[in-house]
Amino acid sequence: MRRLKYWQAISEATVQCMETDPNVFIAGIGVDDFKGIFGTTREAFLKFGRSRVFDIPNCENAFAGIAIGAAAVGKRPLVVHPRNDFMFLALDQLINLAAKWRYMYATERGVPIVCRGIVGRGWGQGATHSQSLQATFAHFPGLHVATPASPADAKGLLVSALTGTTPVILLENRALYELEGDVPEEPVAIPFGRGRIVRDGQDISIVGASLMAYEALRAAEVLASEHGIDAEVIDPRTIRPLDEELILGSVRKTGRLVVADTSWARFGFAAEVAAVAVEKGFEYLKAPVRRVTPPDCPAPVSRPLEEAFHPGPMTIVRECLDVMRSDGRATRQLSDIQKDFTGPY
Amino acid sequence: MTSELEVRLLRGMLRIRVIEETLAAAYEEQEMRTPTHFSIGQEAPAVGVCTALEPDDVIYSGHRCHAHYLAKGGSLVGMVGELYGKEIGCAKGLGGSVHLNDPRAGIIASSAILGQTMAVAVGSAWAFTMDGSPRIAVTFFGDGAAEEGIFHESLNFASLKKLPVLFICENNLYSTHTSLEVRQPAGVQIFERVRSYALPGKQVDGNDVFGVYSAAREAVEWCRNGRGPFFLECMTYRWREHVGPLWDYDRGYRSKAEVDEWIGRCPIKRASEHLLERGLCTVDELQKWRDEAKQEIDYTIAVAKTSPFPTVERMFDQDR
Repeated sequence: MRRLKYWQAISEATVQCMETDPNVFIAGIGVDDFKGIFGTTREAFLKFGRSRVFDIPNCENAFAGIAIGAAAVGKRPLVVHPRNDFMFLALDQLINLAAKWRYMYATERGVPIVCRGIVGRGWGQGATHSQSLQATFAHFPGLHVATPASPADAKGLLVSALTGTTPVILLENRALYELEGDVPEEPVAIPFGRGRIVRDGQDISIVGASLMAYEALRAAEVLASEHGIDAEVIDPRTIRPLDEELILGSVRKTGRLVVADTSWARFGFAAEVAAVAVEKGFEYLKAPVRRVTPPDCPAPVSRPLEEAFHPGPMTIVRECLDVMRSDGRATRQLSDIQKDFTGPY
Repeated sequence: MTSELEVRLLRGMLRIRVIEETLAAAYEEQEMRTPTHFSIGQEAPAVGVCTALEPDDVIYSGHRCHAHYLAKGGSLVGMVGELYGKEIGCAKGLGGSVHLNDPRAGIIASSAILGQTMAVAVGSAWAFTMDGSPRIAVTFFGDGAAEEGIFHESLNFASLKKLPVLFICENNLYSTHTSLEVRQPAGVQIFERVRSYALPGKQVDGNDVFGVYSAAREAVEWCRNGRGPFFLECMTYRWREHVGPLWDYDRGYRSKAEVDEWIGRCPIKRASEHLLERGLCTVDELQKWRDEAKQEIDYTIAVAKTSPFPTVERMFDQDR
């Protein structure tokens, strides 16, 4: 199988879906410019041009509604938000309308819009350009929320989104964009609600989505090589629907659970996974569930503060050692996934 | 305008009036448990505009959607069933009075959030343009929606892309209990404001169904000929309370004299007088049309009342 970068996998899925279905179109601020949303929409633009790849005005809420209205009469809009934080401006349309469409209008065909939102991280992007909105969207019945962690999943989940019947929020962490991996050439859909075991292990389960699945795997490698701890890493792939069975199966095996998230602990994804484990897997647990998340404050800009803010692999290692009541100390220095990144975004 | 068309416009309004007055009276029974915004007094924009459309044109509406739904040919049993929360409702009892839809009649959606469907109609119009289809999209909303950000975003996009969308603002002077002068600056009217987005805006007497129809015909033609969106402001008035079946002129936010003055401008009375004067209908015919509408709604209410509720399992029916 050939290898692609995360952004290339998104681009390929988009182009293939546009070839298959003439109703798919792309819209978003700057989707047709020379950068093409970090390369993800460039090939589609070169191939299909301005009749299917639309640069748009700054109108996040109306545009979510416009996408809904196009979908209501047969289109499949793919809306791109270069920063997911701007999707707060579109919450009325996405939550009050798209999420509820099939239900409150009792129609067979819903409004299958797909909104890609890119999550920023690091390089001083600060409070309003580095949030992760997965929990915000996943709270509401009627939306699906996908959080691909690998190039293959980025492709497969986007294909699924562009061929499904439910509105989808697809969140991509910018830090993963240069990650390389095996990607099938065909547009094979990865079904929503089915997670993957990233690493098989016996001692402790680490659940992390998107960037945190990647960081959890790095943490597991340190735990194995330096502390003799065999961690299992679970990537749910989609936050909603959530593969509870996979998570509970892992907890049944290991008896310990650490959940890592790029967003805050309170009322978040990590809280939800912890609640699932405690409600449905209490008898398996040998230790309290722990959450690895950013601290309870907005994201700072200044470099040392920012480095302390974002949880990384060693934060996960420390938490796992604590859960395991290990005497080991997490002293290893791992490089940041974006160490070579020089900005500006 | 042919006399057949004039009769059709009058009968359309009369039917809606009788249906809504009957429903308002039945509301006291507490069997319709969904907040309902009656269109009584505002029938002319709905009938005038929808009569100017082709069957496969689509409409969107807001919370006060009954008249639009009926004027575009929405199923009466679907609407009344929905008000009673029954399985036969247009949304199977999952949507309620403010979420009426009947896709087969081109009624795609109504929604309770101000201005929300302005953008959605723009999106449908955009899709029609992409497909080279002659269809147009219409969105009905009130003066209150003109204060929302989405109003401006939608006008900007529709004008920019020259989309076949007809914006119908039913200006009834109040947003819930707050009058227009408390909400919008004096000296510039809504239809004048939209011109800054480079689309034509026109104001009509929203209680004159013939005038609304003529303006709508012109606007529909404008949209269908690829000239872009059109904005029509219809000045009208809501007789009953903002939500619910009652009269509310004794609640302090508007006077009985004001309500009476608007009742004096009743769109149905005006259209009836116009037709009677010209001998295009008789008093007996007017009564007959009323009676027919009454029979239709009485029968439909009886059907809705006796039909089953959705099962509780239905609540989880849809893909979540």
